[in-house]
Amino acid sequence: MSKNDIKVALIGNPNTGKTSLFNQLTGLNQKVGNYPGITVDKKEGVSKLSSTQNAVITDLPGTYSINPTSLDESIVLKTLLKKDIATSPDVILVVADVENLKRNLLLFSQIKDLEIPTVLAINMVDQMVKKGISIDLTALEKELNTEVVLISARKNQGIQEVKEAIIRCYVTAKASPLCGINHQIDPDYFDALKKISPNYSLYELWLMVTQNNFPDTISSKEKEQLLEFKKDVSKLKKYQHKETIYRYQEINKILKKTYIVDKTKATDLRSRLDKIFTHKIFGYVFFVFLLLLIFQSIFDWASFPMDFIDGTFAKLSNYVKSNLPAGVFTDLLTEGIIPGIGGVLIFIPQIAILFMFIAILEETGYMSRVVFLMDKIMRRFGMNGKSIIPLISGTACAIPAIMATRTISSWKERLITILVTPFTTCSARLPVYAILIALIIPNKKIFGFLNLQGLVLLFLYALGFATAILAAYILNKTLKIKSKSFFVVEMPNYKLPSVKNVFFEVVEKTKSFVFEAGKIILALSIVLWFLASNGPSSFDNAEKNTIENVANQNLSDDELQQKIASAKLENSYIGILGKTIEPTIKPLGYDWKIGIALITSFAAREVFVGTLATIYSVEADDEDTSTIKQKMASEINIDTGKNRFNFPVGMSLMVFYAFAMQCMATLAIVKRETKTWKWPLIQLFGMGLLAYISSLITYQILS
Amino acid sequence: MSTIASLQIGEMGYISEEALDFIPLKLLEMGCLPGAEVKLVQIAPLKDPIYICVNGSHLAIRKETAAQIQILKS
Ligand SMILES: Nc1nc2c(ncn2[C@@H]2O[C@H](COP(=O)(O)OP(=O)(O)OP(=O)(O)O)[C@@H](O)[C@H]2O)c(=O)[nH]1
Ligand SMILES: [Mg+2]
Repeated sequence: MSKNDIKVALIGNPNTGKTSLFNQLTGLNQKVGNYPGITVDKKEGVSKLSSTQNAVITDLPGTYSINPTSLDESIVLKTLLKKDIATSPDVILVVADVENLKRNLLLFSQIKDLEIPTVLAINMVDQMVKKGISIDLTALEKELNTEVVLISARKNQGIQEVKEAIIRCYVTAKASPLCGINHQIDPDYFDALKKISPNYSLYELWLMVTQNNFPDTISSKEKEQLLEFKKDVSKLKKYQHKETIYRYQEINKILKKTYIVDKTKATDLRSRLDKIFTHKIFGYVFFVFLLLLIFQSIFDWASFPMDFIDGTFAKLSNYVKSNLPAGVFTDLLTEGIIPGIGGVLIFIPQIAILFMFIAILEETGYMSRVVFLMDKIMRRFGMNGKSIIPLISGTACAIPAIMATRTISSWKERLITILVTPFTTCSARLPVYAILIALIIPNKKIFGFLNLQGLVLLFLYALGFATAILAAYILNKTLKIKSKSFFVVEMPNYKLPSVKNVFFEVVEKTKSFVFEAGKIILALSIVLWFLASNGPSSFDNAEKNTIENVANQNLSDDELQQKIASAKLENSYIGILGKTIEPTIKPLGYDWKIGIALITSFAAREVFVGTLATIYSVEADDEDTSTIKQKMASEINIDTGKNRFNFPVGMSLMVFYAFAMQCMATLAIVKRETKTWKWPLIQLFGMGLLAYISSLITYQILS
Repeated sequence: MSTIASLQIGEMGYISEEALDFIPLKLLEMGCLPGAEVKLVQIAPLKDPIYICVNGSHLAIRKETAAQIQILKS
């Protein structure tokens, strides 16, 4: 960022297209979606306004006014009240929705009163004809005393005009209040307030009083005087109400002259869809049906590309092995890295399908209907209707889901939601479930169309969700936190999902899944491979001892080689480590190799498959070309002589992964959002204990 | 005196001037103003929350909030 860059802040009501415009201006791909509260944090990007002028654009969470009631909204207030030349915005770009201009102008009028140069972008003008809206632009600009640009961020219209308007606004630096607040409410009161400091606009001083938010630049004497005004709370509240009414009166006057809606054009598609989606019975039936469809598709659509990827990696490993000179590096590549990476890449099809469904749900506006349907239920469990959004979007990843709780205004409800969100089956669990299900559940159709494997997967998702709810119930009863629950949610209009948004969402998320997992797996597989192919003196003697032990058993050469490889692995560092923990996990049905995979999974769950792939590759003989799944399927339990991954072990493992908190990144985010290590540690140990006990019970009952 | 909570689905009313002090600021800011016409669009399956349309905003609010806001039925 250079000194001459114009600092622009994007501010507006939720869901008006701020992020869409931000993406158009900066060329970035931030998340866009059709419900209020998608953006919950600041995001900066650079935009080339003209050949000589750049701007640093800040995208902000949406808010209905400058008076925040939740964390995401208070980020906006903080940005505006900062009196720091280096970071406070030069120009504010207010983004308004053309369909609900009246309400959008309330926030606009507050911003104008802060006396910061402002441009108004009225977005979604592609909808104007359909909704029968017409605007007298020249008159509106005059009334608002502001440059107004009509744009469509989705259709990329008016973006150039916005850029030009920003430059003009910056150059003229025209800033004047729109309504002012002292006129009608209580002139004496506000005159006294204004006298406190000449450095701030009256509205800024008023906000400091009402929001209890003082910039560093204010002197202690001034602050003392301001605090004096805070004493009469009921008066403050009354004046805030009056202020809002007064603003709406002014806005109505302006819009009467400039904004016309032809009511006959209004379609009732929205109300007809709402009748179905929020219906007493159909509402829930549709919701369950939708979930069923998603899980069926995850299995049905993905199986072909998955088999393809799996086979390709087995071949690649083989090809590398036969074309590179034999040696340590080749072994590392073919036994550690390639199977490890393949163990993640194979799940791209399933994960992309899941991400696609979530993106489509978010883009249609259906999410807010689910919030509406679920509020009463969630409230019984100490959460809020809005908690359903983290619980659903947590199926992709818990990290953005935990960030999304910022829209919940009650701290207790928010904390409970943060604590239980990791129970939601995230995409990192999908690889573990998918491979285990494929091993232990027959690929059958029941009732002719329901895929049994898909059904088991659905059950695991349901298990995660049910546990989250139950945990919330317990937390609600035990946590002694008082905070007022409040619930107002805007129901957005239904929209056809934009193909471009869905596409980028899927690509971005899949990419970050692969790269995040890839990094960890790459590192871990190198470490694992090293630990598996080296060991103390017993490791060096393993070959000799094995040959001596089986000398009189008349084994074929292949069988002998296999025995030697196993003995070596067991005496390697990793084998010794695994054997040490084996007694703890044996009651759950696991051997030491699975134990190693459990440990590495605490970095990230998706490492499970890759770890097993690496361990089994080291053990396998050199001509082995089988895929990961085949290797797992043919793994033998030496105690029973039967398959290692039988039904009880598979179920016990899935239950373990359903409950255990095996994700360092999530723990770090929980620490950041709750500002203490207490909660992430409670999650780690609480969920770990639950996982251990449940898996123990599952295995003991089933076997 | 009737409140928003007592509306039937599809029924309309006007928010009464006396309601001002009982409307939470957030709702006021979202367009729930005295004198404005409110329509009850839908009631959630478990009878709470409710879905209203006021001043062009479509909002879901809880019954307890709705019960504080007095209206004149039209
Ligand atoms: N028809 C139409 N839809 C648009 C336009 N711009 C954005 N949208 C859609 O409006 C919805 C909201 O867009 P976002 O960019 O996420 O809105 P936002 O203001 O950043 O929302 P929050 O971050 O939740 O405050 C998305 O579904 C967009 O596809 C437009 O010009 N026309
Ligand atoms: Mg946004």
